[in-house]
Amino acid sequence: MNQGFALPAPAQPGQLPGNLRGNPHLGQWLRITPEGKVMVSPGKVEIGQGILTALAQIVAEELEVGLNQITMVAANTGFSPNESVTSGSLSVQDSGRALQQVCAEVRAIYLAKAATHLGEPVASLQICNGLISGPSGAQTSYWDLADDALLDTDATGRVPPKPNTVYRKVGTSARRLDLPDKIFGKTRFIHDMELPGMLHGRMLRPNAPGATLLSLDDAAALACNGVISVVRDGSLLAIVATGNDEAEHAAAKLSAGAVWSQPNESLPDEQDFASWLRSEPADTSVTASPPSPASSSRTIKAQYAKPFLAHASIAPSCALAVYDGAILKVWSHSQGIFNLRSDLALAFAMEPEKIIVQHVEGAGCYGHNPADDVAFDAAWLARHTPGRPVRVQWSRADELAWAPFGPAMAIDLEADLDAAGTITGWRHSIWSNGHTSRPGRGSSPALLGAWHLATPFERSPAINPPLAGGGGAERNAIPGYEFPNWQVTSHRILNMPLRTSALRSLGAMANIFAVETFIDDLARAANTDPVEWRLRYLHDERARAVIALALEKSGWPQQNLIEGKGAGFAYARYKNSGAYCAVVAEIDAAEQIYARRLTIAVDVGLAINPDGVRNQIEGGAIQATSWALKEAVRFDRTRVTSTDWESYPILRFSEVPKISVHIVPSDHPPLGAGECSIGPVVAAIGNAVFDALHIRIRQLPITAERIMSELAQQP
Amino acid sequence: MMPAAPQQPLPSTCITVNGQSHVLQVDGDTPLLTILRNHLYLKGTHYGCGSNQCGACFVLIDGFAVASCDTPIWAVAGKSVTTVEGLGTPEQPHRLQEAFLAGQAAQCGYCTSGILISAAALLSRNPHPAEADIHQALDRNLCRCGTHNRVVEAILRAAGQPAPRTP
Repeated sequence: MNQGFALPAPAQPGQLPGNLRGNPHLGQWLRITPEGKVMVSPGKVEIGQGILTALAQIVAEELEVGLNQITMVAANTGFSPNESVTSGSLSVQDSGRALQQVCAEVRAIYLAKAATHLGEPVASLQICNGLISGPSGAQTSYWDLADDALLDTDATGRVPPKPNTVYRKVGTSARRLDLPDKIFGKTRFIHDMELPGMLHGRMLRPNAPGATLLSLDDAAALACNGVISVVRDGSLLAIVATGNDEAEHAAAKLSAGAVWSQPNESLPDEQDFASWLRSEPADTSVTASPPSPASSSRTIKAQYAKPFLAHASIAPSCALAVYDGAILKVWSHSQGIFNLRSDLALAFAMEPEKIIVQHVEGAGCYGHNPADDVAFDAAWLARHTPGRPVRVQWSRADELAWAPFGPAMAIDLEADLDAAGTITGWRHSIWSNGHTSRPGRGSSPALLGAWHLATPFERSPAINPPLAGGGGAERNAIPGYEFPNWQVTSHRILNMPLRTSALRSLGAMANIFAVETFIDDLARAANTDPVEWRLRYLHDERARAVIALALEKSGWPQQNLIEGKGAGFAYARYKNSGAYCAVVAEIDAAEQIYARRLTIAVDVGLAINPDGVRNQIEGGAIQATSWALKEAVRFDRTRVTSTDWESYPILRFSEVPKISVHIVPSDHPPLGAGECSIGPVVAAIGNAVFDALHIRIRQLPITAERIMSELAQQP
Repeated sequence: MMPAAPQQPLPSTCITVNGQSHVLQVDGDTPLLTILRNHLYLKGTHYGCGSNQCGACFVLIDGFAVASCDTPIWAVAGKSVTTVEGLGTPEQPHRLQEAFLAGQAAQCGYCTSGILISAAALLSRNPHPAEADIHQALDRNLCRCGTHNRVVEAILRAAGQPAPRTP
């Protein structure tokens, strides 16, 4: 995810930074209009994280214009730079750096033009809110000089951006540009779009993963009010109607007339998914430290597990499409409009240039949700109704059951200790499906509907991104502590009965939960304070600073004198190369576990918008609390049974902890903020539960049932 | 909604939305949410689940926060409906909307209108709620981005109460 609002160090002169490398044309990134606007068109997209505001701040800073003079244009494959996927906490690095350089060059171009126009040297000119003035008082402006031809050129990388010591707009908590629309109920979401003559499609999914459509009686559905057609290709089935309610009503009739086969594969046993993971065929990879001599006197082992998790966005995914017989236009809330275009081109055997994908904002996105799948559905139906736009919105049940899930994981940890209790060896083994199956990266479309066609496209198993970029299942498994002789073994399960892909922080959450709760147990076994234990193996000053800050602000160590209350600590550096985060969690153990207070210290480098960073850290921490205490995708041997908010509960207002976020002031380069709090929060809650109850829960979520069952097993 | 028999004329239903009266000739079982979004083009009220489980579609009906997704239009006849658009405008914002902006109490914003409605219902019957009252009033509203604490602080602020950040 894309939530780090901080600018990196400038590139070398002549070298293009970030996504400017692949998209060097200045005019592709921004336009200056005679009407007094800077139109900025990055390829990154707003997914609820506030990125467009952060990028606007960067533009405002470099061009010396006001935020109110900037219009952020939503990405479009027809004219925006191809910035791939908005994910991985990378947008400020990739897009922000590019825009910073673009604006530095645009400023230089306009200053040169203004110097000629005013007859004053460039060095003597000042810019304020787009007005350019010279020492004589003569004035012009970007708007007076506006000329697209000036930006019809490639970036050179030879104009230095402003040094961050003179920043006045970057580093301030500017208000989000998109929030007024959302707070006053203005039309802003893709769900609100209406196109002239628009029809409504409703998908009818198989009654279980792997089931195929044997026969269909569509007479009752076709007789319903407003129904235009039933569209079928193999097991891909939909109703097209004049209205959304009409389509929904007819879909129920159509469902009654559809006969599905038994699925060709049963789902794993939900209660024992960890055993299933450990027994499946897998692609195994090992990463290890160089060996160093060590002798150990004993080994401590423990096993951990994390269930499948759902994205569970508040809105079901939605898309619109229209096909005129030659050009397919699609409106989508995809994180990667260019990747989506590639897969639509594969699926429909069209040239990518004949497909235009326009980004429109959807509800909060925390990874690879069905945004791309529903775009395929709308495009598929639009190709059946040429000339008429089709809008498709998934049902709540489909949104929960047919989206990709964050993969279940089983983890083994082993620590070798010498006679003095010092770590001499560390082994971390993971069993999990792959953590990404995003569109646009394979030879076959990674789109749900394309797998249900009469001539289905092959569904590739999810993979793990390379470790160099943070990894997938192995994310944060390589020790962030200075242990000798470590080894990380990742077993990527090849069968994928439940579809898996990227969900916020990928494997980092479960790995950090396992490592940080294991460490507390090791520290206790050694009669050592758990924080002191960590500091022995951690000499990175920035890490030690966030730990000290979290302890100070939380008042750690607390005297736990009240029964049923507990406090726990955890720390991690996201991806081992991203933001530093330390958390103290305080919980109440009553009829269930309540997280009451989270004290979070982070170092995210220089923050472009500190309140935006804080908002992302808080949001990540609340989602993580929900994962820690409540969430697991439910399924039987045939189908997913988490199909509504009762069968997939998430944290509610009455259950949300108080959160204080403390940002370490920093001029360091950028580190994303949206994902770094996830793992430490889950682990700190796990440690707090132990503190309260002296029970170690090693499988998420930490529910009352799991605690009772653990209690029952204690001697 | 059930399709109307073609030969029967659709019934007339009179509802008041944001102070304006509307006479609608629609099937009485049509959900209020459909009327708001597709007939009156008030898109600020959002579809989330269709079964009164998430709060994204909340509107005020005679002052109470009610799910419009599973409220049939016949049940609203003669009643007064207020949507987020009726709470306030950028020019004349509701104090809750002002406080949400000041506290940046949203991320994606999809659940925001339903939350504003629950909060407005709360403040109208309890102008000075304690935090626990707010939690209780908003417990039917789901937010996936995790903006809960900002929302609670904004409501306290709108109620004229100090809303200190957690120390």
